[in-house]
Amino acid sequence: MAGLGRGRGRGKGYMSFSIEAVGIGKGENLPPSILQPTPLFPPMEHKPVPLVMGEEAEYMLALKQEFRGNMKTLPFYVRQAVSKKDWKRLPKELRIRVKKPLKENTSLSVDTPVDPKPSKKTRVDKEEIIHKLEVGITLEKKEEEVTSDEEEGEKKKQEEEQQDGEEEYDEEEFEEETDYIMSYFDNGEEFGGDSDDNMDEAIY
Amino acid sequence: MTAQEVRLCGLLLQEHFGEVVERIGTHLLRGGAQNLRTIANETNTPLDLVKKSLCVLVQHGACEFGSGRRGPGSPVEYRANCERVLRVLRYPRYIYTAKTLYGDTGELIVEEVLQRGHMTMSNTVKTVADRLTHNMEEGRSMEYSEVVSAFSKLVETHFLQRCPPVAEMGTAASSTTPATPSTPAAPASTAPPTAESNPDCYKLPHVTLIGRGKRRRSSDDSEEQRGGKKAKMEVESCGDEGIYWQVNFERFHQHFRDQAVISAVASKLDQTSSEIVRTMLRMSEVTTTQTAAYTQPLSANEIFRSLPPNYSISRPILDQYLSLLVDDPMEFVGKSGDSGGGMYVVNLQRALANLARATLESVVQERFGSRSARIFRLLLRKRHLEQKQVEDFAMIPAKEAKDMLYTLLSENLVQLQEIPKTPDHAPSRTFYLYTVNQLPTARLLLQHCYKTVANLIERRLFETKENKRLLEKSQRIEAILASLQASGAEPEQLTEVEEMITAPERQQLEALRHHINKLDSTENQVDETVFLLESYIFSTKTK
Repeated sequence: MAGLGRGRGRGKGYMSFSIEAVGIGKGENLPPSILQPTPLFPPMEHKPVPLVMGEEAEYMLALKQEFRGNMKTLPFYVRQAVSKKDWKRLPKELRIRVKKPLKENTSLSVDTPVDPKPSKKTRVDKEEIIHKLEVGITLEKKEEEVTSDEEEGEKKKQEEEQQDGEEEYDEEEFEEETDYIMSYFDNGEEFGGDSDDNMDEAIY
Repeated sequence: MTAQEVRLCGLLLQEHFGEVVERIGTHLLRGGAQNLRTIANETNTPLDLVKKSLCVLVQHGACEFGSGRRGPGSPVEYRANCERVLRVLRYPRYIYTAKTLYGDTGELIVEEVLQRGHMTMSNTVKTVADRLTHNMEEGRSMEYSEVVSAFSKLVETHFLQRCPPVAEMGTAASSTTPATPSTPAAPASTAPPTAESNPDCYKLPHVTLIGRGKRRRSSDDSEEQRGGKKAKMEVESCGDEGIYWQVNFERFHQHFRDQAVISAVASKLDQTSSEIVRTMLRMSEVTTTQTAAYTQPLSANEIFRSLPPNYSISRPILDQYLSLLVDDPMEFVGKSGDSGGGMYVVNLQRALANLARATLESVVQERFGSRSARIFRLLLRKRHLEQKQVEDFAMIPAKEAKDMLYTLLSENLVQLQEIPKTPDHAPSRTFYLYTVNQLPTARLLLQHCYKTVANLIERRLFETKENKRLLEKSQRIEAILASLQASGAEPEQLTEVEEMITAPERQQLEALRHHINKLDSTENQVDETVFLLESYIFSTKTK
């Protein structure tokens, strides 16, 4: 078998062919080895030829840009349709939020210190628990809540068409003026209660 | 379908048809023939968008459909055509050529057909007449007959052709176009019918279109509605449903190739020789197939008779010019016989090869300098040379010659050929010869060109995106100005609106427009090189 380079050759730079054949003389300086990838925009020794600028070129340029513009208006330009939310697919709790500001507004306009309790009877279990906790808070806080809720309600009425996800976030934050979102106080009772249809799944 | 080609096709589709079509198109280009469900699943696009995109692609000829591989019962399969999508880059050149040959009417006809993929004749005539009327002065309108005559001229010279009939699918064979003779039901394995296979390809339908173009006025809404209804009724009564026309790209390419040959002769020899070559090419326009290596032989007598009248050269001088052309090393014209005063042909294939070679040499010269170009030309001429011989023939000192050769080698423009002296290929006893193969090098450069154009488009999109806010603002202000002017506002209001764009913003806009124009113009120019190289490569394939 042919011997390995290490064993037979001496010194660095042993190659399988004689260097003189390639044309590199003895002791000549080889170009330095490359240690990093070549720069993204290497400096060019020869600048490219300038563009041909004439009447013909300018006319073709105008044609091209006009063509592109026209294509955008034709029916062949297929645009992606914006998908609308299908409310049947989102959980019920998100939908009821839409009704809440309306109810709040009507009740507040009567100008009585409204007990939040009766207006929230229509909510799902989760909200009942949250508001039981709320009721336990002092009256001053309730008034603050009412005023903040009033502002919230008006704001929400304006933003009614926007996504409900945002409203939910705002309400949960502002309701008790705590730093924790409402699900922090969740005691987990109603967890898994929403999905009654598929009891085969193991609940961890 | 190389990666560069697919990338460029994707960008072109995106610019002209939107992102959805781009996604579907690139998926088809990469994946080969697929059916509808596969495409929808693999690209995660809703089915109706996929259907829409496929319709758009088929309308523009970028996609073909045929029955599936498993026989006539399997679902329809779609195949994208990479070459056809790349043609989109050349649209401005086609439109400009139509303008030089047939005036504004021809230009608009070709532009409309290109925009819509394929159209019926009546539709085209009406749209073009309306557009021309729109640009004319008040009170004048364009006659349909003028447009029809321009259209027929385009068809006679084969620049427009009928769309190929739809391939038969299923058992029932029903011809879709009334004018086509009954074609036998094509089996699923043969290639889809081309436009040329239809013998009525260039026959105009018998339709009488009488009328004038309608000018669209914004104030005459009721008249427009009535006119619209009338137009609809007229379309129904025209007798050319189902006969769609498309642009014949091959004919345009033939024209470009002729132009390239003529200009090459003009720059190498002189104007008169180029006129002679132009006459010869014009005479053999319809008799030469596109893949012919040379034109039909023409006798010197015929050429003399067909010369344009303002080029009155005497017969002996014509003979002298012809012999000059034959002796020229470029070999544009060859002599094939002696009857009729000498039979001459134009060597199309040879001419294309020479033009491609000149392109390669010029590329090397511009990128690496004239001495490297000298080495390159040397290797092209002498085929195989050793290192020592290169240095001697090129008259360049050894060290620099070595350096240049290795640079060219690293760029793959020059190849090394090993010729062993002994069976064990020992390096010290092997000849290493440098060589240049024209065809692979041309292919390499073509891929570089595709990459260049794709980069240009991406840079242009990037620049537009960076300055989107500014562009939108200027568009809004222009719209406001236009509406103000239309409703007759005072000059103070106009200047007030104009001042809403500050001076540095104006400068920025100017610079942006300048850059975008430059990038666009560069794309057009690179496309000229692409055309030359593509034609050369195609001409070698059909040997």
